[in-house]
Amino acid sequence: MSLINVQGLRVVRGGRVILSSVDLDIAAGEIVTIVGPNGSGKSTLLQALIGAVQPDRGSVRQKPGLRIGYVPQKLHLDATLPMDVTRFLNLPRRVARARWQGALEQVGADGLARAQMAGLSGGQIQRVLLARALMNQPEILILDEATQGLDQPGSAAFYQLIEQLRSDLGCAILMVSHELHVVMAASDRVICLNGHVCCQGTPEVVASAPEYRALFGTGTKGALALYRHEHSHDHHHH
Amino acid sequence: MTLLDNFILRALLAGLGAVLAAAPLGCFVIWRRMAYFGDATAHAAILGVALAFALQAPVFLSVLGVALAMALTVAFLSGRGYAADALLGVMAHSALAFGLVAVSLIPNARIDLNAFLFGDILAVSRFDVLVIWGGAALILLMLWWRWSSLLIATLSPDLAHAAGVAPRREQMVLTLAMALVVAVAIKVIGVLLIGAMLITPAAAARPLAASPERMAVLATLIGALSVVAGLWLAFLIDTPAAPTIVAVAAMCFLASNLWSGVRRRARRA
Repeated sequence: MSLINVQGLRVVRGGRVILSSVDLDIAAGEIVTIVGPNGSGKSTLLQALIGAVQPDRGSVRQKPGLRIGYVPQKLHLDATLPMDVTRFLNLPRRVARARWQGALEQVGADGLARAQMAGLSGGQIQRVLLARALMNQPEILILDEATQGLDQPGSAAFYQLIEQLRSDLGCAILMVSHELHVVMAASDRVICLNGHVCCQGTPEVVASAPEYRALFGTGTKGALALYRHEHSHDHHHH
Repeated sequence: MTLLDNFILRALLAGLGAVLAAAPLGCFVIWRRMAYFGDATAHAAILGVALAFALQAPVFLSVLGVALAMALTVAFLSGRGYAADALLGVMAHSALAFGLVAVSLIPNARIDLNAFLFGDILAVSRFDVLVIWGGAALILLMLWWRWSSLLIATLSPDLAHAAGVAPRREQMVLTLAMALVVAVAIKVIGVLLIGAMLITPAAAARPLAASPERMAVLATLIGALSVVAGLWLAFLIDTPAAPTIVAVAAMCFLASNLWSGVRRRARRA
């Protein structure tokens, strides 16, 4: 059985149709990337998947008892709110010490347990958010433009971490990204979204689809090839 | 002498009760950047006063009703994404203007407007003190009950959803608490300075606190100190009580920020 199944999803906000007739199915262990221009409804789709947005039509079905790890696009961290990383991981419910500590170690952030959230760098915040998502051993990890605001080495390191976590934990990964060249090559399936699903398939199929080229131009195909090239060599020089 | 003791004691108790209600909620007001939300709710209370006199209804209930209506409107608009800073500002100040106009239109009513604008802490009755402490207890219970959910909803509505917490419901809790604070504090602080009593102790506590809980407790202590010192000063130099209390709180804000600045510089050196 699939983890999440979406059928005929339609979301209207403020009189504007944001998503229409979206079908989506995610199987256990698969890496799916959603690409699309700004305002194409990528974040709204993820919010509908976690139940933060109610569909106006259609259905979002989760496997009963599905454990989701969700990493939001960004955190509205106000400097007036004093909170350390440990407290953040224990919200809204306390979790066993071994669990939050283990999650921090998994993302290489075990030194940050006592650091104040407001003092973290962008990359550190992403790692802490990822640790939070990993705490209840998710069957699927949902990442919304997780590398926004990171520099290139930072986001490359972040994606390496994701890939490694996938092979360690075997969870499915659904992510939204605008960094096509970095993400697509690592994906089993790419979905090109622009209010509706324009096209989907393996990275190669999508990159050469006319609908995709109409949205992103042809330049990205070269970038994809470039990434494949780098990928076959050394990860650590990314 | 006993009479004097009594009204000072009542003033003290009323002030402490109001601070107990306002200071922890004030933390959420600054964490969520909703200072205008507090102002709009508080200013609308004058309309509630006018209504109470027109309908000869109890002031507390009337103020609570109007403040709640205003708070719900603002919460609804901000939930829809309409509540730009400008709109909230317009609502906060026009609520005050309409309230003042409404008060002046009530025939034969001799309302001591100053008492509602700036509070009249020395005139609170035994019953008022009871109502204030009852309201404060209710607000504290609500915050205590929802504390962790409120925090995660403040950090990120999406993370709250993912953790099974509905951010709209938490917003509702704060909206209710806000209306209650206004109804409780109007006799003590007055509508013009309720906003100040919400955010000043919390802002003063911020540099001294490393966790949200400690910030709420410190804000309450700083608020209590402001009430005691402010009342004493008001007697000593014969100034109006509520503004003196707020002025003391503002001095606490200045002192705590200066102190943390000095400490930071000392650590760097």
